[in-house]
Amino acid sequence: MKTKFATMAVAAVMAAAPAMADLVFPSLSYRTGPYAAGGIPFADGYADYFTLLNERDGGIGGVPTRLLECETGYNTEKGVECYESTKGEGALVYQPLSTGITYQLIPKTTADNIPMHTMGYGRTSAANGKVFSHTFNYPGSYWNGASGAVNYLLAENGGDLNGHKIALVYHNSAYGKEPIRTLEELQKKHGFELSLMPVDHPGQEQKSQWLQIRREKPDTVLMWGWGVMNQVAIQEAANIRFPMENFIGIWWSGAEHDVLSAGAKANGYKALTFHNVGRDFPVFDDIQKHVVDTGKAAGAGDQIGNVLYNRGMYAAMLAAEAAKTAQEIHGTADINAGQMRDGMEALSITEEKMTALGMPNFGPSFDVSCENHGGPGLVGVTQWDADSQTWSLISEFAETDQDVIGGLIAEDSNAYAAENNIEMGCK
Amino acid sequence: MFYREAGDFKKTYSADNQTFPIKIDRVGYYLALVVAFLVIPFVINDYWANAILLPFLIYSIAAIGLNILVGYCGQVSLGTGGFMAVGAYACYKLMTSFPDVNIFFHVLLSGGITGFVCVIFGLPSLRIKGFYLAVATLAAQFFLVWLFNRVPWFYNNSASGQINAPERMVFGVPVTGPNTEAWATYLFCLVFLVLSALIARNLTRGMAGRKWMAIRDMDIAAEIIGVNPLKAKISAFGVSGFFVGISGALFFALYLGAVEVGEAFGITKSFLVLFMIIIGGLGSIFGSFAGAAFLVLLPVVLKVVGVDMLGWPTDIVAHLQLVIVGGLIIMFLILEPHGLAQLWRVAKQKLRLWPFPH
Repeated sequence: MKTKFATMAVAAVMAAAPAMADLVFPSLSYRTGPYAAGGIPFADGYADYFTLLNERDGGIGGVPTRLLECETGYNTEKGVECYESTKGEGALVYQPLSTGITYQLIPKTTADNIPMHTMGYGRTSAANGKVFSHTFNYPGSYWNGASGAVNYLLAENGGDLNGHKIALVYHNSAYGKEPIRTLEELQKKHGFELSLMPVDHPGQEQKSQWLQIRREKPDTVLMWGWGVMNQVAIQEAANIRFPMENFIGIWWSGAEHDVLSAGAKANGYKALTFHNVGRDFPVFDDIQKHVVDTGKAAGAGDQIGNVLYNRGMYAAMLAAEAAKTAQEIHGTADINAGQMRDGMEALSITEEKMTALGMPNFGPSFDVSCENHGGPGLVGVTQWDADSQTWSLISEFAETDQDVIGGLIAEDSNAYAAENNIEMGCK
Repeated sequence: MFYREAGDFKKTYSADNQTFPIKIDRVGYYLALVVAFLVIPFVINDYWANAILLPFLIYSIAAIGLNILVGYCGQVSLGTGGFMAVGAYACYKLMTSFPDVNIFFHVLLSGGITGFVCVIFGLPSLRIKGFYLAVATLAAQFFLVWLFNRVPWFYNNSASGQINAPERMVFGVPVTGPNTEAWATYLFCLVFLVLSALIARNLTRGMAGRKWMAIRDMDIAAEIIGVNPLKAKISAFGVSGFFVGISGALFFALYLGAVEVGEAFGITKSFLVLFMIIIGGLGSIFGSFAGAAFLVLLPVVLKVVGVDMLGWPTDIVAHLQLVIVGGLIIMFLILEPHGLAQLWRVAKQKLRLWPFPH
């Protein structure tokens, strides 16, 4: 009886063991609700890249990856539920794709020793790794975006923005409010006029904001929008015949589905980006061969090559590279969340690495360090061509005003550290 | 067979008037308390606390608060989300302004502040009734959310407009902030829920509650028999606001930890709590619990069954959930307009006669 029980126990352990040896990447996605238009391509890109790794390379460092998808609907309460239900499965890194959920998870992930990667969203001051030990937002943040937009305008206007009127149309939430402080600082430095126009969740009501824009005639409109708000804003801009080339969205307001509904009138609309756009990368051939043709594509499989699909794939690529780095540092293939954090902190992305992955010139080269979790913050500008229905990169990935941003990051993160009694790391 | 009063003699007036006059009920009640206080804290984990029990406890408090106003006093309110936001922001301001005071008192004070705000927004109820009052409270909902978004003082001028709960202790155990244990937050909320339910139960069966119900059933008749509508309505708004404020404070400080007013306390929250008391049963404390449990558990159960067990895509399950919850609400309204509480009452009645229904 005893031996029988022991055999059963051993058998149970053996059966459980292969299931243990996988790298779990939770995907807090949203395929429903007013923000689903952006959530679906991102989630598909994120999932397809891990499927590709499993199919082509047998996982990362020989260990297969497992994607745990959990629907949040961009809702913070469901985000908490998703976090709690997935963290016990050995989740390596969280990417909630929601600034609201990010704020909630920053203290929780730190306490649970799980890293979180908020690529181009979330709390910008998390770039200060001394305070935010488990939060990463490389390769760029909203404040880089704000500064990048202003730098682009400076270049367009011969280096002088005095008297230039900028209107910021933003989602009235933590996400939309992020750039305001940076823009106010830059306003002092460059002398442009800034007017703020909040749009409430979910963003379908924008008539009054655009009426105000029509009256005030700003030279440039910047937009921090997400979900259904983007389509509505671009349509409203077209309705008041606002010149599209003076309308610049953040990277979350510049995907195909945002501009398609306005048709030809959206031609010339610009959006910022921190990675390349389009389908002309060798990695897409691999995805076609190993993922799509084998019927393993996530979702409906119709998003491949879209701006946000590329971003989801880029996020997955950075996570996979960080996992590889962690495997090298700790000399084990089956890493845990704490080791993953070390891998993210030691992550180094070079042009050779990206070329080897089939993504030449897809994003910037950068090194993450203990102090700097924010990456280089290089910002490019893309423009929509309504005829060919494509986005194209119209500028280099340019430096942003790190003097202003660095000061703001230090100020905000130190305030957070003081409020929560956090000791500075990285000694 | 069950629920027989036979042999259960009451010798005093108070014994006859107790909340659970039938012995098996009373035993069940004490058993539930023992399990809640002495068993669950030892077996609870993070997932159970944060995904199921905390929301259940906190929404129960909110539902009790709203039930007093809507179920007992008959004043329809769509401002619950806004009033919860008052509780949350009051708690945040108190926590950051007076860090040395125990969080327990902050939560109580937040309830008091919300009660006061609720009374102010309840004043129109003296002149307007029914749908028109619902619209007036709807205005409160939007005004309060706008206010907390617009005035930086409420969120201590933080860049993002978010409020974050700093770490606070009770008896040296952290109950807010990131380093909390599941059992601590659970017990903290449970204490508030039990106290709220006791107070609410005793208010509603006393003179105050009878006045509220008189106003609900026919306000003119109530006035003629000597119920002061001003006092009755205003006290209902105040007491309701007190409980809703407590739930808002707990919702922010213990459950979510970081809150953005438009997202966490929007109009959907008002409707959610209203659905809870409609499904649970208007004018019933038990109904508040049942409704909160139903609407908190249902999405989790559907998700576990659909995604984890059947392996369906997450978006299909999320959509199905909307369909099922909507369908159930309609079904309840048609088949059992008095909610789960009435179902429970009917079940008890049947059990009492079983197995000899005649």
